[in-house]
Amino acid sequence: MTVEPFIGLSALLFAIGAIGVLVRRNAIVVFMCVELMLNACNLSFVTFARAHGNLDGQVAAFFVMVVAAAEVVVGLAIIVSIFRTRRSASVDDASLLKL
Amino acid sequence: MTAVTVVFAAMGLVALVSAFLVVTSDQIIHAALWLVVTLGAVAGLYVLLAAELVAWVQVLIYMGSVVVLLLFALMLTRTPTGPGSATVTRNQPLATVVAGATTVALGAVMWAGFGGEVIDEDEVRVGTAARLGDAIFRTWVLPFEVLSVVLLAALVGAIVLTRRGER
Amino acid sequence: MSELFGNEAWWVIILKALLVFVVLVVFTLFNIWFERRVVARMQHRVGPNVWGPFGLLQSLADGVKLALKEEIFPKHAHKVVYFIAPVIATIPAFLAWAVIPFGPEVTIPFTDTVTPLQLTDMPVAVLYILAVTSIGVYGIVLGGWASGSTYSLLGGVRSSAQMISYEVAMGLSLVAVFIYAGSMSTSEIVAAQAEDTWFALPLLPSFIIYMIAMVGETNRAPFDLPEAEGELVGGFHTEYSSLKFALFFLAEYINMVTVSALATTMFLGGWRAPWGISQIDGANEGYWPVLWFLGKTLLFVFLFIWLRGSLPRLRYDQFMKFGWKVLIPASLAWIVVVCVMRRLIIDDDLDPTKILVVAGVLVVALLVVQFIPERRTPAVEAPEPDAFAGGFPVPPMPGKQPVAPSGAPVAPSGEKEA
Repeated sequence: MTVEPFIGLSALLFAIGAIGVLVRRNAIVVFMCVELMLNACNLSFVTFARAHGNLDGQVAAFFVMVVAAAEVVVGLAIIVSIFRTRRSASVDDASLLKL
Repeated sequence: MTAVTVVFAAMGLVALVSAFLVVTSDQIIHAALWLVVTLGAVAGLYVLLAAELVAWVQVLIYMGSVVVLLLFALMLTRTPTGPGSATVTRNQPLATVVAGATTVALGAVMWAGFGGEVIDEDEVRVGTAARLGDAIFRTWVLPFEVLSVVLLAALVGAIVLTRRGER
Repeated sequence: MSELFGNEAWWVIILKALLVFVVLVVFTLFNIWFERRVVARMQHRVGPNVWGPFGLLQSLADGVKLALKEEIFPKHAHKVVYFIAPVIATIPAFLAWAVIPFGPEVTIPFTDTVTPLQLTDMPVAVLYILAVTSIGVYGIVLGGWASGSTYSLLGGVRSSAQMISYEVAMGLSLVAVFIYAGSMSTSEIVAAQAEDTWFALPLLPSFIIYMIAMVGETNRAPFDLPEAEGELVGGFHTEYSSLKFALFFLAEYINMVTVSALATTMFLGGWRAPWGISQIDGANEGYWPVLWFLGKTLLFVFLFIWLRGSLPRLRYDQFMKFGWKVLIPASLAWIVVVCVMRRLIIDDDLDPTKILVVAGVLVVALLVVQFIPERRTPAVEAPEPDAFAGGFPVPPMPGKQPVAPSGAPVAPSGEKEA
């Protein structure tokens, strides 16, 4: 088996996530789509780790997961605090970047 | 058609379809549930690629915590979750074009760079906890330390952001 | 880890999977009866004793009755999610048992096939258990959300917060065991305890933290806030009836047994016979270990019931504060101690048990100190409103209590209308 199917799948997943980030209004759904994109990247990392016969790609996938966890923590805190003042979780309402 | 190919096709199809549903579904809770399915399918692909530990960490962290946290935020912010709650912007065509271009560019670059690389099905190096621990704490120890600081900063930041009053 | 895992005949695997399933269901029926009898004894009652010997068949009868009850779909329920939520809660509860070791390698009766009494094992088996049980949260959250009722939703949100926070403490308490055993595979952890002592002794703080976290993780009293009857009617399963409720019930009891079995495997030597019995030849061979394993697991189940029979429910903020401010810092500190000790022992043959016992006493002392309530600075009280400020009585401002000055009684508001 070659790496192309895995890379192709990863690119498609990334694109679907990108569409979601561009299209959806709700900040929490935008988050989910960012998670999709990160997962697509992880998939290609792990694929290359398998193809090259070393574990560096898997370590990188780990690090991406850690960054994703940090991102979710801060992101959700921001969403909740914006929701407190504006009563809305839509990204368009927060376009002025002030409370 | 080897067994690996069949499993890959099934998992990949599940991942793609459910990812599509994350982006298009009408209700936010459904989007979250489809995201869980996508993450599960990707975890299956990790197992297929002999990344055992990464797969289970994916299930534990992503499916067990991150998406539950997202659901939690949904319920906490009292976002309307009924049908039609997940509105979309008007720039769908533009987004499709951008995403299509991204796919083509990404695919082309990776194909040109790495196309034809063969996964040797006989030589398997399973990513066990022991081997990954070795790699992280020998080769990658500095990035690991930096990441732990990042996590700590995120933790403190989240607490500061959500604190009420007494500024 | 035995070479046999993953290389067995298909009928052996199916047989073992079926046996695990049957054991779990029967154990659940037994536990319901056991819980009712023990709680009854603690309250000076008799408990179910009519149907079958010692009332053992009572839970079977109750189960049949439950299954025959009317199936209700609430009007505001989200049909599909409402239907699959109990299933999502139950399946992971069974899945976790794939890697729990019941005993050593045995020959199956009437054949000469040798097989370990464990469905399978993997290098990251304990991580697998944690991952799979964390999926079970979805069943509760979605069941609460899909019911379309406020109480259910509150129960679901409470339990998701609770299970996520106590899972952290649980995982951290297991890290010390991984460091000590040098493996995450359940069968290797049991083997490591055969060479060393039971990990409950040198890793006492981890053991205590695990026992507290496992009660929080399974939503049992005194941490049964997601289904607090006094506050939330029934929590996430308020709107569930008949078989769907039975599935939630089954999942809760299996989860209770799962964390008990994990505690047995990680801290109490797994299927190995306790000291004293292990001196007898053949105590750790054949099918005997299953008995020791089930006995130790039952000990933890009894602990669950004992707690339920004797402790009142915590308040939610106390509970969260306890998890985040006591359990997690204590286990982090303990992990640092274990790491340092482990390295010292490997490097220059330090006497391990002595130091670990000292450090264990220190960490337990830390835990006890944490139990002492924080001293609160008394809030500056607002001056009491003077009801006679203008020379005649005026009603107090919102949020202020009327005070009765001596000699001028303030009529309670109820009397005015009478």
